[in-house]
Amino acid sequence: MYSVNYHRASSVADAAKLSKKGDAKFLSGGMTLIPAMKTRLAAPSDLVDLTYIAELKGITVSGKTVTIGGATTHAEVAANAKLKSVCPAICHLAAHIGDPHVRHRGTIGGSIANNDPAADYPAALLALSATIVTNKREISADKYFTGLFETALKEGEIVTGVTFTAPAKAGYSKFPNPASRYAMTGVFVAKGKDGVRVAVTGAGEDGVFRSKPIEAALAKKFDAAALEGVSVPSAGLMSDLHASAEYRANLVVVMAKRAVAAANA
Amino acid sequence: MSDVSLTVNGRKVSASVEDRTLLVHFLRENLGLTGTHVGCDTSQCGACVVHVDGKAVKSCTMLAAQASGSTVVTIEGLADGADLHPVQAAFKENHGLQCGFCTPGMIMSATDMINRHPQGLDEATVRAELEGNICRCTGYHNIVKAILAASEEMSKAGKGKAKKAA
Repeated sequence: MYSVNYHRASSVADAAKLSKKGDAKFLSGGMTLIPAMKTRLAAPSDLVDLTYIAELKGITVSGKTVTIGGATTHAEVAANAKLKSVCPAICHLAAHIGDPHVRHRGTIGGSIANNDPAADYPAALLALSATIVTNKREISADKYFTGLFETALKEGEIVTGVTFTAPAKAGYSKFPNPASRYAMTGVFVAKGKDGVRVAVTGAGEDGVFRSKPIEAALAKKFDAAALEGVSVPSAGLMSDLHASAEYRANLVVVMAKRAVAAANA
Repeated sequence: MSDVSLTVNGRKVSASVEDRTLLVHFLRENLGLTGTHVGCDTSQCGACVVHVDGKAVKSCTMLAAQASGSTVVTIEGLADGADLHPVQAAFKENHGLQCGFCTPGMIMSATDMINRHPQGLDEATVRAELEGNICRCTGYHNIVKAILAASEEMSKAGKGKAKKAA
């Protein structure tokens, strides 16, 4: 790792101020950034630690409205009883990110600020039609995820939290890479007041995306059987040493069936 | 440079370290606590697992500066004097190791796992929870056996304590 200056922010305003130093990066759980710095793929001059900012932590559930602070860890999301009672799918998703030690450190804000194309949370937030709240504005998930490791965030903008309305039904299923446990394909399905939304991670060349053929089939009947015979195009899907685009296209349908079955269980 | 202050295995320690110092290097090189191992150095193998404020974390993927102000427990801090911690004793009894390199991380992960499952553990849960710890010798069989035995032992001891208290 190259030399770096560490700063611990005491508030969001303090963090925004500290981020103006040199080529600073925000540090949340560090489960991606620190390994990237160790391999020198990332070399910020300064790190602004967000994890000691009280206002970025915690989960509130008010009726069906869920708000999760940006510095809330995956373990906290996985174990939150109130959240589990209104949207168990997101708890299930959080409980299957990385491993227990990673879940103790990694945060939802860090995950979506990085927007890894194989990360789990982007699928949930897109399917749940969530709003990403920053220190400057609110961004709909539809407009937030803009490409591989790309988001609508501007320089110095901090994800302070996410908020969504818990849907009537939701489910998530992923096919984890056997070595890394990242999603080779992960599908989050949600049936809410705005109909059925289905988001796919780990498969798209441009990161997370909504699958229209699957949404259309599930809108008719929200049941795994409705996906029999449905296929999704392989155009725009990733081909790499782990799987071809055609294989991933098939996985999208298989994972969607499992996600719907989980949502209906 | 960062001034870091931590409580490590019950002892207050302070030092001035480079900001890029990883917690595992601080433990091993500044404090001489070489029980915590660096295996893969890429956040995968879990040989470096320690407890920070009661939670198992990979100390190769955290800066010492991030941990400043925290309470850290390493493998050296588990035993009560000459008495092994129940998880250590179970690994010994069940021969939950061969070369021993992964063992400190396995034991710290197992202790955390048992703490998070006070209702008890089954084999499938233990295997799933061990996702972040790699052992290249044992095939995990005796590690899983040791963790299940320790879990049972600790829940018995916990009930014993509760009875005493009542």
